[in-house]
Amino acid sequence: MSITIEELVENFELLGDWEERYGYLIELGKKLPGLPEAEKTEANRVHGCQAMVWMKMMPSTTKPGAFIILADSDAFIVRGLIAVLQLIFNDRTPEEILKADAKAHLLKLGLDRHLSPTRKNGLFAMVERIKVLAQEKLVAAN
Amino acid sequence: MTATATSPAPSKPATPDWAALRADFPILNEVVNGNPLIYFDNGATSQKPKQVLAAIQNYYEHENANVHRGIHELSNRATEAYENARQRTAQFLNARDKSEIIFTRGTTEGINLVAATWALDHLKPGATILISELEHHSNLVPWQMVAKRTGAKLAYIPVTGDEGTLDLNRLDRMAADGVKILSITHISNSMGVVNPVAEICSKARAQGVVTVIDAAQSAGHLPIDVQAIGCDFLAFSSHKICGPTGMGVLYGRKEVLKDLSPYQGGGEMISKVEYFNTVYNVPPHRFEAGTPHIAGAVGLHAALDYLDAIGRDRIFAHDQELAEYAAAKLSEFKGIRIFGPKQGRAGLVSFVFSNAHALDIATMVDQKGVALRAGHHCNQPLMAKLGVPATLRASFYFYNTKAEVDRFIEILHKVQKLFL
Ligand SMILES: Cc1ncc(COP(=O)(O)O)c(C=O)c1O
Repeated sequence: MSITIEELVENFELLGDWEERYGYLIELGKKLPGLPEAEKTEANRVHGCQAMVWMKMMPSTTKPGAFIILADSDAFIVRGLIAVLQLIFNDRTPEEILKADAKAHLLKLGLDRHLSPTRKNGLFAMVERIKVLAQEKLVAAN
Repeated sequence: MTATATSPAPSKPATPDWAALRADFPILNEVVNGNPLIYFDNGATSQKPKQVLAAIQNYYEHENANVHRGIHELSNRATEAYENARQRTAQFLNARDKSEIIFTRGTTEGINLVAATWALDHLKPGATILISELEHHSNLVPWQMVAKRTGAKLAYIPVTGDEGTLDLNRLDRMAADGVKILSITHISNSMGVVNPVAEICSKARAQGVVTVIDAAQSAGHLPIDVQAIGCDFLAFSSHKICGPTGMGVLYGRKEVLKDLSPYQGGGEMISKVEYFNTVYNVPPHRFEAGTPHIAGAVGLHAALDYLDAIGRDRIFAHDQELAEYAAAKLSEFKGIRIFGPKQGRAGLVSFVFSNAHALDIATMVDQKGVALRAGHHCNQPLMAKLGVPATLRASFYFYNTKAEVDRFIEILHKVQKLFL
């Protein structure tokens, strides 16, 4: 996706209601590249989401020392949320990922308030996994 | 099978004015995400009529005290209210005696009570506990736990495909298989199948097998007569039938309750306590340790009165008509898979779309005010067997209308386009 998280926040504000915002997340979800079937393994599973989620972290092809998140879900809205997390975390170094305040961004999107408690848990389970993966990369590098 | 198979001859009230009944439910006027609420999650819990809310309010304003203990007037009123609710519940189920009615926290506690008392008293290594593949986790996990503790085996009556009907051939060789207890749902919460519980219990009785009926989805939805069903135990929850949460009923046939070990220890369940010995109280009090949910019993009493004024046979016919209407409308969608029997379904319909996850659909229809359940419905092994991660479920009650189903279908058509 060629927009920044700040642009996404603006787009979100332009969309009048949550029906449209969810529609937007669904569109983002449809465009998410996802993971090949072979990568949808138990090891890559993120637990704590109602839908199925798989996630891994790979070196960035454009920025040395940085990483990107590759993830997939069987639900479109969750795929959309993955796309949002990619805008926050992709092409960053493990140190940056560990420092990034994802909650602040999600707060600006209003997601923290609008998502149901179970969905919010799922979202934060994904953020948590991203931090764990970044920590692993950091340890591996040192 | 229909409601009549397990029902006594029900008295026929005049045809209810369904629309007028809606006025008894203040919550149905809620606006959700800018749209009028369409509440189709009755399988999870029902809404409460003003009459039930008023009964609870009245109890706390005029009768509240602890039960079975005081000498004073209010305690007498509270005890009377609580015991009247027990009597009313016995009548609701056509039990022979109010001592057969144990008040619990809900269906889950009722089943756990049977597992922790009857099953621990009677099951030995090698014995078999028989349940079905349809069971809600609350009629499955307690039996797994008890099987581990006693060395008994757990066996399943298989489900045959998307219709959700059970292969009842298994029931003819229960004695040979060492089955000691059979616990089965009356109405499946995810498939809407109505199991022929009277026939099932009669086969079990003939083979000396104790029976437990999970009536969470059937009590308050069709007439229930425990004598006609011929079960030993039957459990249901007040909150699913217009009563308050935290309240439930376990019916136990008095011959079975008579020698049963207690469940929890505490006040109420004793008749004499010494430092090293206790003489337990008689049923049902033996199984009701501690201060019970008195207001819950009062609310349940009001709910039972409310439902019987409508007529449970009429409620069943109404809900079934809505579910069949909804299933017929849903079958016009492309890429939909609908679960449950083609004929004689209870008042609910579960379905999935091939192109969108149940959670996506439920989230989008919620934006339009429609409350649907999406998920595994506490039936994870069944969902795994059917090969679906989750389904959507619309479950109806007597205050739902055809117009609501029409609007829901219209909304679903719009929502489904988002996923093309
Ligand atoms: C068939 C069935 N059994 C048991 C239960 C558990 O009821 P409760 O949570 O009220 O104890 C439910 C409720 O969802 C149910 O549908």
